[in-house]
Amino acid sequence: MSGADDAVLELRAVHRTHGTGPAAVHALRGVSLVVRPGELVAVMGPSGSGKSTLLALAGGLDRPTGGEVRVEGQPLGALDRRGLAQLRRRRIGYIFQQLNLLGSLSALENVALPLELDGTSGRRARALAMTALTEVGLPALGDRFPDQLSGGQQQRVAIARALVGERRLVLADEPTGALDSQTGEAVLHLLRRRIDAGAAGVLVTHEARHAGWADRVVFLRDGVLVDTTAPLGSVEQLLSGSER
Amino acid sequence: MSIRHGLLALLERGQMYGYQLRAAFEESTGSTWPLNIGQVYTTLSRLERDGLVRPLPESEAGQRPYEITDAGRADLALWFATPISRTDRPRDELAIKLALALTTPGVDVRSVVQAQRSATMRALQELTRLKYGSNRPEDLPWRLVLDSMVFQAEAEVRWLDHCETSLVRHQPSGPAPPAPPPGDADARDAARWAGEEARR
Repeated sequence: MSGADDAVLELRAVHRTHGTGPAAVHALRGVSLVVRPGELVAVMGPSGSGKSTLLALAGGLDRPTGGEVRVEGQPLGALDRRGLAQLRRRRIGYIFQQLNLLGSLSALENVALPLELDGTSGRRARALAMTALTEVGLPALGDRFPDQLSGGQQQRVAIARALVGERRLVLADEPTGALDSQTGEAVLHLLRRRIDAGAAGVLVTHEARHAGWADRVVFLRDGVLVDTTAPLGSVEQLLSGSER
Repeated sequence: MSIRHGLLALLERGQMYGYQLRAAFEESTGSTWPLNIGQVYTTLSRLERDGLVRPLPESEAGQRPYEITDAGRADLALWFATPISRTDRPRDELAIKLALALTTPGVDVRSVVQAQRSATMRALQELTRLKYGSNRPEDLPWRLVLDSMVFQAEAEVRWLDHCETSLVRHQPSGPAPPAPPPGDADARDAARWAGEEARR
């Protein structure tokens, strides 16, 4: 694949097969995808099409059985477990439907945790965590515990944790979960803003309305990318309807 | 909806002449429904004929404003009070197209579904981008119009997903069924998906 020098995420002919022989399940079959800074790519497809597998491979949570995954030019296959864990903590943010907030830590501590695990001093980690909480609109709730926050606020904390520090790649799996449509939209708004500020993102969703926030939508079926939406025109073109 | 009721609603705010009406109409629909000035004047003359608006004396600049009459107000109130019937809307060309695709030899229905999904998804992206760019409080009417189009596009994608799932679930089970009578637009009929599968 050419022209991917500035790619934040690059999948090159990635395969992921579970099991062997006749019982083998081919979750992904030769998927190639490039995501650049400032770009949000939505992945859509029916259940079992390989969406979540793609996201796990992109985030280094799983390894491909063929092909290569690169994050900021770094082939993940060349990293040992420790190197991979470090890259995940420093460069990749995850937003899942299950928030995985630690109930015994305050919102601020939850957000600061990945930085502290990575050796950042407690003081600096908390300062960065406060910046991230401010970005998601919760500067005053840092000392609350997860069970003292609403579902929407908890989701915002989880997003702050995904965005804290210098994360360049944000991976989201159905990030609006069970939130009502207004709160869910606010979550996507935050994600979009971070992407516009120069991060790259992959959003796995089965909700067309959420995928609408992406710059590009790719369609997975049976582990193969079958289609991509055409690039968007300028806002002027949208208004005049000259493209249709 | 009719342009007619749109113009009556605008005149309820106060008297306006043709170009003002056109600008106000486009502003309140966020330019999603462009009107040409000819449509405005044609509609105004019909409203005048029906006694729902009346022309006022020309201004010095040569513009003739219109005002709403009591009969016009009553018509407008009735319009707001009456839900829009689904049967008044145009038939869904897409549903008819898919139904025909299923019964037309040599058409790959899955490709038809995917091409439509991709196009609708792209429209949804465009609408979302327009919405993202309109955050001012005065943009609210436009945002709601955009939301309406967003939800319609979303419903279409969900329906296409549903069609595809039906196609996948109903694997080849025998020869294709006979073609349904023309004009039957029930594209969700699983038996027909099965028929398409059988031909593949």
